Amino acid sequence: MHGGHGDSDRELIDGLRAGSERHAEQLVRTHAGWMRSLARRILRDDALADDCVQEAFLKAFRNIERFEGRSSLKTWLHRITVNEALMKLRSLKRLDERPIDDLLPEFDANACRIEAPWTRLATTEEIVERESTRALVVSKIGELPDSYRIILQLRDIEELTTSEVAEMLGISEANVKVRLHRARSALKKILEPLLRGEAP
Amino acid sequence: MSRARPFSLCRLMKGLMLRHMPAMITCREFEDFILDYLEGQLPSRQRRVFEFHLKICRECRDYLAAYRRTAEIGKAAFDEPSAPVPDDVPEDLVKAILDARRG
Repeated sequence: MHGGHGDSDRELIDGLRAGSERHAEQLVRTHAGWMRSLARRILRDDALADDCVQEAFLKAFRNIERFEGRSSLKTWLHRITVNEALMKLRSLKRLDERPIDDLLPEFDANACRIEAPWTRLATTEEIVERESTRALVVSKIGELPDSYRIILQLRDIEELTTSEVAEMLGISEANVKVRLHRARSALKKILEPLLRGEAP
Repeated sequence: MSRARPFSLCRLMKGLMLRHMPAMITCREFEDFILDYLEGQLPSRQRRVFEFHLKICRECRDYLAAYRRTAEIGKAAFDEPSAPVPDDVPEDLVKAILDARRG
């Protein structure tokens, strides 16, 4: 995700600062594809994702003077897109905050873990190489409540740091870590039949 | 998976040992250290205690393996080339963005 910007970024930024239409179009054509995928992963709605991308670009055009170049242009756009998507989710008031207690690890009265023996654990390749199982994983991640799903996506999939996620969501780093751990635990439980090789 | 709560003398003895012997942690305490362990943020003493628990507890060993695999699979599912990454941006979206920029 991170990294300095190269000559192509430099030229693009100079052009955008000069108000060049050609450079604006180049920015959109270069980055809109992955920004759309990112917005769709967070919002899970194609039309909302397109709105989000449009607003992210407008914000980038307006703020290009303030882009300091400490990260690549792509990293900067990534952050803007995530922020816009999160704002959209909040403004729609459709954040799903269901508890996930049923999906968390279980312990007995002696504080010992209850975990059925794993005689088989599918490999990552086995699961992602098949389109049907890969799609199932994506869909199961989508079933997690938003307050956990978003943190899992930002940390594990978008590879943002704990402090970046905490800042974006306006919560403490400790809270990000607790939610990430619960999200992974819940996803493990949801994916268990697949991981044990029991699902088709 | 079965949600029945297993009870056995072995589990009772294990629980007592983990709770009362020095340099041991219970499975519930182990749970609280998982994230920091995987991110290399556990101080060395806690890491040793965590790894010792891992050696003696089949349930936590199995659990951690499946937990790590889950995190890998979650990431890989989105990284796959076959995942929907539309490089071809619709012309109407490009036009809408550029029109909005012109105000």
